[in-house]
Amino acid sequence: MEITIGAVVQGGTSLGYKTGTWRDERPILDMEQCKACGVCVSVCPDSAVHVKGETYIIDYDYCKGCGLCGYECPADAISMVKEEK
Amino acid sequence: MSTQNLSNDQELFVSGHRACHGCGMSLAVRHILKATGKDVIVVTPTGCLETFTSPYGYSPWRVPWIHHLFENGPAIATGVVAALKAQKRESERVVAIGGDGSTFDIGFGSLSGMLERGDDVLYICVDNGAYMNTGGQRSSASPIYSSTTTDPAGKRSLGKLQKKKDLPTIIAAHGVPYVATASVAYLKDLQKKVKKAMGYHGARYIQIDSTCPSVWGFPSDQTLEVARRGVQSGMVPLFEMEDGEVTKVRKIKKKIPVEEYLKTQKRFKHIFSDADGREEIQTIQALADSNIERYGLLKKTAPQDAEVQD
Repeated sequence: MEITIGAVVQGGTSLGYKTGTWRDERPILDMEQCKACGVCVSVCPDSAVHVKGETYIIDYDYCKGCGLCGYECPADAISMVKEEK
Repeated sequence: MSTQNLSNDQELFVSGHRACHGCGMSLAVRHILKATGKDVIVVTPTGCLETFTSPYGYSPWRVPWIHHLFENGPAIATGVVAALKAQKRESERVVAIGGDGSTFDIGFGSLSGMLERGDDVLYICVDNGAYMNTGGQRSSASPIYSSTTTDPAGKRSLGKLQKKKDLPTIIAAHGVPYVATASVAYLKDLQKKVKKAMGYHGARYIQIDSTCPSVWGFPSDQTLEVARRGVQSGMVPLFEMEDGEVTKVRKIKKKIPVEEYLKTQKRFKHIFSDADGREEIQTIQALADSNIERYGLLKKTAPQDAEVQD
């Protein structure tokens, strides 16, 4: 990697590092039960839950599988399953 | 909460940072930047936050960010403020975000200087109560009887024997306009306090209780649960101080005994297995009760004139 003057790095470049490989449990979102409250979006430490139109999408490229979204979901719409590798 | 379209395009603190699973600190930082908006320059002393956001070539920050030494965060922030002033850049503000190691211990002298000069910096301490970046050594923010790697619990040790330093009070004594405490358990409240602090000029301080699954020892999905119990037990009082006076407190809806908080974490495990443990738990309960009394956290004990916030 090229070293810049002052070691300046462009913002947002961490998107090039996929933390999803760290995951050993995968959150599965059941849209049938989802009340679209947005708690999962708010509590994700990795900004890995997104809203796309009417649907919520978990970004498995970056989700580390901490399970926080599932624990906090008031509708129990997110379950954690063992990651198969 | 509305279903606004939140993806990495809107985030100022994006995915791909290397914080541990369920890190309370990274969650706090995400919400701090939502509250400040993009026109800020962030200064971060050494600590977890610096480490997990700065592998070379991979930055999650979408705002200008600078890392420097452990001890000089506030001094660097002062310098950035001076540079902005010299360049007549009035729309940008400076926010320093440090951990409890740099804030309570190593950078404390520098912080005190910044507060005394009243430089226009919002200093935020993301407090996880030990030096987590290097494995959990004791800091002056570690709570009493917590086991740390520098005073580990064992046959002849109960962990740390000193109380947590009361830094918000020390900071308020500098005569700064705004001091607040927040918790990752209440993210809207956290954002509200950051926004309010940005409305003031001069030195301001917010201390955020940032739960740490890795070193406190609890499952990574309980980051908010543990933080909530901290607040509900009185261990983590949430209040705002304006010009040295407590003006707002977050009430405890249903008070829980401190055991309910302590038993969630491995760092307090020894006081439950120890035969004399009751005494330590009582000591911690007395500290929580004195917080409740002092800040009026239960409805009955609200100090006069303080605005009640549920």
